[in-house]
Amino acid sequence: MITYEFLQQYWWFLVSLLAGLLVFLLFVQGANSMIFTVAQNEDERQLMVNSTGRKWELTFTTLVTFGGAFFASFPLFYSTSFGGAYWVWMLILITFVFQAVSYEFQNKVGNVLGKNAFRVFLVINGLLGPLLIGTAVGTFFTGSQFIVDKGAVSDTLMPVISRWCSDWRGLEAVANIFNVSFGLMVMFLSITLGLLYMINNIANQNLHIRLARYLRSMFASFLVLFIFVVYKLLTMYGFAVDADGYIFIEGYKYLHNFLDMPIVLALFLVGALLVVTGVVLSLVIPFYKRGIWFAGPGTVSVVVSIFLVAGYNNTAYYPSVTDLQSSLTIANNSSSEFTLKTMAVVSLIIPLVVAYIAYFWRKMDKKSLTTEELNNSEKY
Amino acid sequence: MVDTALIDWSRAQFALTAGYHWIFVPLTLGLAVIMAVMETIYVVKGDDFWKSTAKFWMKLFAINFAVGIATGIILEFQFGTNWSNYSWFVGDIFGAPLAIEGILAFFMEATFFAVMFFGWDKFSKRVHLLATWMTGIGASISAIWILIANGWMQHPVGMEFNPDTVRDEMVDFWALVTNPVAISKFFHSVFSGWMTGAIFVIGISAWYLLKGREKRFALASIKVAAIVGIVGTMSVMLSGDSHGVHAAKYQPMKLAAAEGLENGGTRAPFSIVPGVEVPGVLSILATHDIDGYVPGINNILEGYTTPDGQTYLSAEEKIERGRAALEAFKGYRETMKTDPQAAAEYRKALDANVEYFGYGYIESPEELVPPVWLVYWAFRVMVGLGGFLLLLMLVVLWAEWKKRLINMRWLLWVALFSIPLVYLAGQAGWIVAEVGRQPWAIQNLLPVKAALSSVNVGAVQTTFFLFVAVFTLFLVIELRILFKAIKQGPGIEK
Repeated sequence: MITYEFLQQYWWFLVSLLAGLLVFLLFVQGANSMIFTVAQNEDERQLMVNSTGRKWELTFTTLVTFGGAFFASFPLFYSTSFGGAYWVWMLILITFVFQAVSYEFQNKVGNVLGKNAFRVFLVINGLLGPLLIGTAVGTFFTGSQFIVDKGAVSDTLMPVISRWCSDWRGLEAVANIFNVSFGLMVMFLSITLGLLYMINNIANQNLHIRLARYLRSMFASFLVLFIFVVYKLLTMYGFAVDADGYIFIEGYKYLHNFLDMPIVLALFLVGALLVVTGVVLSLVIPFYKRGIWFAGPGTVSVVVSIFLVAGYNNTAYYPSVTDLQSSLTIANNSSSEFTLKTMAVVSLIIPLVVAYIAYFWRKMDKKSLTTEELNNSEKY
Repeated sequence: MVDTALIDWSRAQFALTAGYHWIFVPLTLGLAVIMAVMETIYVVKGDDFWKSTAKFWMKLFAINFAVGIATGIILEFQFGTNWSNYSWFVGDIFGAPLAIEGILAFFMEATFFAVMFFGWDKFSKRVHLLATWMTGIGASISAIWILIANGWMQHPVGMEFNPDTVRDEMVDFWALVTNPVAISKFFHSVFSGWMTGAIFVIGISAWYLLKGREKRFALASIKVAAIVGIVGTMSVMLSGDSHGVHAAKYQPMKLAAAEGLENGGTRAPFSIVPGVEVPGVLSILATHDIDGYVPGINNILEGYTTPDGQTYLSAEEKIERGRAALEAFKGYRETMKTDPQAAAEYRKALDANVEYFGYGYIESPEELVPPVWLVYWAFRVMVGLGGFLLLLMLVVLWAEWKKRLINMRWLLWVALFSIPLVYLAGQAGWIVAEVGRQPWAIQNLLPVKAALSSVNVGAVQTTFFLFVAVFTLFLVIELRILFKAIKQGPGIEK
């Protein structure tokens, strides 16, 4: 039976899946952040830029679709977080906007700022994009300062429903060690994935050796942060909601969520294992190229499980620390049953979309990228 | 009280972003068709000349495409950052087309763009051609969904106000998708993109002919572009006609402003410029009947009765009923959990006036009049340039057919200098559509002042100037790169 509650859960799952795919596709950002670190000459930099250059639009599109799906299914989050944490979203936006033009412009005659300026934009987006997105997601667990008052619509003088209560407009999130660690964790994960992606996608022995060398330190940094974040997540207070929609603080809430939802726990553990496997195989076996095929799906799995822990099992996924009852749950701020049902029908096309992307991606990447190919075909 | 500076700066920021976005998008829509036709000729004829021709225009397409994407994501974010009340109030309806746009169109564009640009040696001719067409089709599908959303803002259908959730909720998706305003808006916008692409290609090709370079390439490009452009312009005119009829029905104030019509009536005149009118033509355009009634600005404010006896409320009456709706809504919210009987009474009063809910935020009737001079002149610029550009394409195609084009240097110069004009026409069109709808974010439902975020005006000013700087930088860079690429040329004739 397709009930309203089922549709809300279904859409939270789809939003979680899009989040998982987005974090996986942030390998583009992670790889870009290493343009000046790993590459030692122009040929290598060209290989790196062109390798991610054939994928960046997928990441960008996934980010836009993630936003669109959130808007369509949980519009009060869109309204509250975007309108409230103004500076965080604007910063994320600006870094992605610069990235969007940098590929096309960087190597073109007449680009005004010069090649390196655009590559610096790619590096900035590569570091700040995942860092800021991760920090923003951290607030799903630590809370933000806002009030939601739907009755305000009748106030003709100030009819705004959501109000942010910090003048820092979202930047206050960096004052919380968990949020920052979460952001750094996503950043180092994206770099790890970026290195694994380039190992797979670029055929250049010298570059491969250096990519593998950086993989060790980047993965180690990620692992330390991951362990810290998971420890904090499992031991922190969480934001629970009872059957009447009343929101309250619960100790070890996210640990309870994992234990109450064994499938989600399995997703998390298997995902983490796949990420570790992908990296370890790439480090242990000389010139092993398939690490991304373990770490990529592993990332999707872990991120989906974290989002499910944030929203499922009677949990407020976007808590307000200013007014607990203003916290957003998947039940109190979703779209109407009709809209969710309509959108659910549309979502049935997603497998087809994934299939054609996978087909063309596979055909495009059948042979790893080489300098020869770049010299003989279109390139950025 | 809502800060008027916040309203103005938020509107300015959105207008700025949308305006810049519409510099890049129409070229994407039009050039995609032109280069796909060229590649189709290559695949059918097997002549490498057509491959080189298509590839050159693809190169310019790619330069332009990136900036369109960059400005597009800002628009999506701005619904949340600057118009958060709007995002909640209509998110149940408006979010769906945006999400569908992402799922259906953006992934298609992203995937096939990469295949089109980098896949020449990785796919067969036919698969590559498919990718080129799919890139263009993806762009058009994207336009469908965003224009369904925009059409809904002009003529909201298929929804009901729910006082429990305090928002409009979708009740009929099919009504949303088949909204006549959205359909004519889609054709009008997409085909105006074909015009833009055509004039762009004709203008640049004319430059090559003036320079005595790349003659075969230029003439072949002109032929394809002119045909695409003429088909596009004809379709723009047809959909423009529907637009006029829809405006008369659903947004009479916009039509009255576009015509500078203070007092309407039957056999309403069409104003060519102030003081020069053609009697009865506006009635024909708006109602397809010379005796059709078209209300003027004063009629709409004061209320009017059409010859068939239909009465329309005055602005004062609408505002009064809007305030009654807001009062009833307030009472309903206060009693819904404690006094079901009182809540039911309030609900009844709300339902009786909900049609005018948005008018409750309006302080005086004058607020309901958009900036007339801007809408009036923008409409004339759009229509005048549209007519001129159609004529230009017809003359260019005729001259090319008669093999006289190369010698008609004046015509080549006119074609070259028409490139900025097609952009001006497109911008003017959106000014008519969006400024003409003011003060409404959603026609009759939500005025812009009730759609805002609670953001400090300083923050909006800062981001406004940041976007001005970034967009201008992008535009300058894009133009420089385009000029260099054009100067370098396709290199078909050594």
